[in-house]
Parts: sequence; C-alpha cells; structure tokens
Amino acid sequence: MATRTVTVGSASGLHARPAALFVAAAGAAPVRVTIRTGEKRAVPANSMLSVLSLGAKQGTEVVLEADGEGAEATLDSLADLLARDLDAEEPADV
Amino acid sequence: MSEPAGPAPLHGIGVSPGLAGGPVLRVAPVPPLPAPVPVTDPDAEADRAVAALREVVAELTRRADRSGEKTLVDVLRAQAMMADDPVLLDAVREHVLAGTDAPHAVDAAFATHRAAFEAAGGYLAERVADLDDLRDRAVAVCLGRPMPGVPSPGHRYVLTAWDLAPADTVDLDPEQVVALVTESGGPTSHTAILARALGLPAVVACSGARDLVDGTVVLVDGTTGAVRVDVDPDELAAAETAERERRTAVAATSGPGRTADGHPVALLANIGAARDLAAADGAEGVGLFRTELLFLDRTREPELAEQAEAYREVFAALAGRRVVIRTLDAGADKPLPFLHQTDEPNPALGVRGLRLVRERPELLRTQLAAIARAAEQTGADVWVMAPMVATRAEAAQFADAVHEAGLPKAGVMVEVPAAALRAGQLLEVVDFLSIGTNDLSQYTFAADRQSGVLAELLDPWQPALLRLIAEVGTAGRAAGKPVGVCGEAAADPLLAPVLVGLGMTSLSMSGRSLAPVRAALAARTYADCERLARLALAADDAERARKAVA
Repeated sequence: MATRTVTVGSASGLHARPAALFVAAAGAAPVRVTIRTGEKRAVPANSMLSVLSLGAKQGTEVVLEADGEGAEATLDSLADLLARDLDAEEPADV
Repeated sequence: MSEPAGPAPLHGIGVSPGLAGGPVLRVAPVPPLPAPVPVTDPDAEADRAVAALREVVAELTRRADRSGEKTLVDVLRAQAMMADDPVLLDAVREHVLAGTDAPHAVDAAFATHRAAFEAAGGYLAERVADLDDLRDRAVAVCLGRPMPGVPSPGHRYVLTAWDLAPADTVDLDPEQVVALVTESGGPTSHTAILARALGLPAVVACSGARDLVDGTVVLVDGTTGAVRVDVDPDELAAAETAERERRTAVAATSGPGRTADGHPVALLANIGAARDLAAADGAEGVGLFRTELLFLDRTREPELAEQAEAYREVFAALAGRRVVIRTLDAGADKPLPFLHQTDEPNPALGVRGLRLVRERPELLRTQLAAIARAAEQTGADVWVMAPMVATRAEAAQFADAVHEAGLPKAGVMVEVPAAALRAGQLLEVVDFLSIGTNDLSQYTFAADRQSGVLAELLDPWQPALLRLIAEVGTAGRAAGKPVGVCGEAAADPLLAPVLVGLGMTSLSMSGRSLAPVRAALAARTYADCERLARLALAADDAERARKAVA
C-alpha cells in the first residue's frame, strides 16, 4: 500500500475551495484513495462530505493511502496539492 | 349592465419605482416530509432517490455555468460536489434497500453528515444550512415539487414571496424577474435594496401577495404600491410602452445635480466593488463605497496589498472625482467569520462598525494604510468615513487615525440619533457627515430594519426622522461643511427635494436611481425645496408628509 503523510498548506484548511479541488482530483484518479487524520477512521478522498468532516486546518497532518497501479504517482500529485496554499492562489478579483 | 369588475387590486408600499407586469411565480416553499410510505420496488425507489440528487447537482451546475461571479461559481460547484458525494449516494441506496422511501432516505442520509458538521462546530457548523438546502431540494424533486427557492423558468415573470432573504437574491436572474412583490418586508428590507439596485419595480408589505396563484398576470406599480390582478395582454403591453417612454424621458436629463435655479447638489453613487461603477455612469462620484464585500466569507483578514488593490481599482476609475470610502462595517446583520465575535443578545446594539476597533485596532490601521496606498497611486479625491459613530470622542479618534494614515478628509456616518443630535459637535472634529437613513430609522424608532410588521415606522418620510436629518443639515450650514444622505431615502425622487431643503449638500444612491432624482431636483428651485421641507417636517405622520409634498 502506498502512503503519504502531508501537512495541509491552505490557509483556510481543507475547506471550501481547497477541499473542492482536492476531492475533484481524488475523484479523477485511477485508484481509490483514502484520507485520515491521526488515528481516526480513513474516509474516501473522493467524498466531499467526508473530507470536510475531517475538519483539517492549515498545519494539520493528514495521511493518504492507495493501492494498485498508479497509486504512487496519484498520491504524489495529491500530496503536492494538499501541501500548497490553494487560498493564496485564489485570484484577488473580489 | 356594467362590465364585471376584475379582482380588487392589492396594495403595499412601493419601494422601487417603475411599472412592470407578467405572470406571477412564487418563491417555492420547502416541502414538509410526508408520512413514510412502504416501498414495494426497492431498486426503482433507490433509482428515484439517486435521480433526485443528480437533478440537484445538474441544477446547481447550471447555475454555476450561468453565473459570471467567481466567488459564487466556487460556492455553487462546492455545493454540487456535496450532493454528488459517493458516500452520500451509497447511504441513500442503503436506506432505501432497508425499506425507507426515497424522500426519507435522502433525509436520513443527509442527517448523518448534518450531525457530524454540527458536532465539529466552527466553519462546518456554518455549512449545516448548505446541507439543509441540498436536502430540501432533493426531497422536493422526490415529491415531484419545484425545488425551493427563486424559480428559473426561462421566461419573464413577477416574483412573489413572503420576504426575500439575502440568499435568495443570489439566485435571482434579472433577465427573468421583471418585478418583485412581497407580503412582508419594509422600505429598508433586503427586497427593497435589491430591487433598487437592479432597477426592478417592487412593492413590499403587500397583503394578499402570497395568495396569488402561480401564473396569475399582474401589473406592479413600484411608485404607488398598487398591484393590479388579472391584467389582460393589451393593457400589459400599453403599460410597458408607457414605462419605456417614461424611462427614456428620465434618462434624457444629464449632468451634475442642481435645482432649477442652479443650486448644486452632488449626486453620487453607492457601490460595493468596481463592477458596480458601470451602473453609476452618470454619478459625479461615489458617496458610499462599502468595503465589506472584500471581507465576507473570509477566514482571515485580507492583507494590506490585497485590500489596496481592490480599492485602487475603484479609485483609478474615478480619477478627478470624489470617492467616499467607508471603513469596515461588520457586526449586526453582517458577521464576519474571522472576527470570531461572541454571541450578542442584540447584535444591532452591540459591537459593530467603528466599535469593533476598540478590540481590534489593527483592523482599522491596516485598512487605512491600504486606502492611503491606493489613493496615492490614483487621482481620485478620496474621503474616508466610519460607520456607527455615536460621540464626538469617537469621531475625533477616527479623524486622528485617518490623518495619521496620511489621508486628508475624514468624516463619520450619522446612523445613531445621538450623532444627529450632536452633529455640530461632530463637525468640529471631522470634515463631513453622511446620514445612513436605514440605520438611523431603525435606531430612532426602535424598529428592526427587517421587520415587515413595523414597516410603517421605518418609512423614510417619518417626520421624526426628517427632524434628525434637519439637525444635521443645520449643523452643516453653520459649519460650512458638506453633509449628505447615503441611505435608501436619497433614491426617492419625491423625497430628494425635501432632503435638499433640509440642508443636504449631496445625495448618494444606487446608480439606477440617479436619473429620476436628477430630474426631480431640476424641476424645483431651492426655495421650493425649503418650502417642501417645512411642509414635510410639519406633517403629523409619514403618509401626510408624502401627500403634503406630492
């Protein structure tokens, strides 16, 4: 099983836009990915409601897990997404 | 034999002028869950439940595609993802296969996540309303009813409702909605403000509006407050032609605001962001630039550079003209997540507007620095004012902060009767005053702005309100400093000459209201305005004040 531990980089945490971007990316991945915080139960990463319920904030450590072909590459790109501050990439047009 | 009379017209308070008609459609109510029914074909029932959720996803996606507003698109897409959640869909199927009917299965599946969100608190607890909205939509589809909220039938119609919430206004498509009629609400309700911003005729506090059946053709007169029922097509067409002619005539007046004898009255626009400037084309400047938009839905305070950029965009478009920018007016009906304000029993009487600065002085410092930076880079004549000021000491403190930031013009809003009564003392320490009539009404009459039942107390024609405005006008004349109105009262073409007669030197309103107000002022001399002001002040009540002037 492939595993990545990553610290959430987005200022607003794994909420709102960052959560939507992450869940959409996980949903498009070729393998089933789970995400968990600490010792809590892992939840499907393609489930917006479950990911929001993690309540992960900026600086929270989360663990991604996946099995099968492409798991390593998938987790690399998802971990990279989580580590970035997606809020800061928000265009300042409002 | 006389013709059979049609149904009697309905009457309410006209809050946004103009004439428009069409078939009525109601804001669809949230359907209550009916009693559970036994499931005979679980597979078909599960498909029905899942199809309902898919329909909700499709509707939210359509709305996102139609909306040009980036923030709104993000919100709608995130909501669509919640309704499209594979864990949720699995749970719905499981509930149905265990014998629950589709609407109850949807309800049960959402209930699990609702409880989790509520237990988590903070940001997630605030999203519970989103979950409820999604559930209500899916349940309505299961029951074969329209999704709750503002309809989007793809043709022009008159929207009726008990009252409109700010959230409804997000869904309102001005290409389809031609007029608004609400059973409740008052002249300062969200419905009224929205209607004026969109230039839609609107009637509020209209008894009988919610009994109108969908499809009934009505003609709405937002000037008089009359709503004619069962109007025939010829009559509707004639009314629309007359309305077009009226609008053309009004739009033909242009140039700076002045009375018939040339007394200048600055006609300014109220805006919330640079994009509102398009509708404010004929304005001499901006009399109220609300800065809350930048702060809404933010989990942290926007940084100096981001603020400066947003302000610069507005200032740059107004080079050479006046821009009155209001510092953050949060609290009360505009709570901001990053402020983490504690619950107050009476938020409207609590820590809001400038009062926030007592606990968070850095908020004001950062905002003023951002304004100063933006002003430096542009040629606009930038004036800065504070909301919710009650005393001379507060005004003096604010003026000091503005001057320390390197900005020349400091003013305060008059929204609290205490400030109106001491306008002369305030003008000793600030350069100008601007009256927010909506809040000044609410605080003078101890009547909630959103209350439909108390609408008559919130009528801007109330002589007690006019008396407070007169206090400010007198103080302004004595000090030789500008005093204006930036509340919704300034947008009433009948009231505008009265306000000028009371001593107002500027009127600020949503862009679409400028032309009718300009035309109304051009038709009166300054002496007329003063006479009308005396008549209105002397009236016994709002209704008589209006009649005395009309």
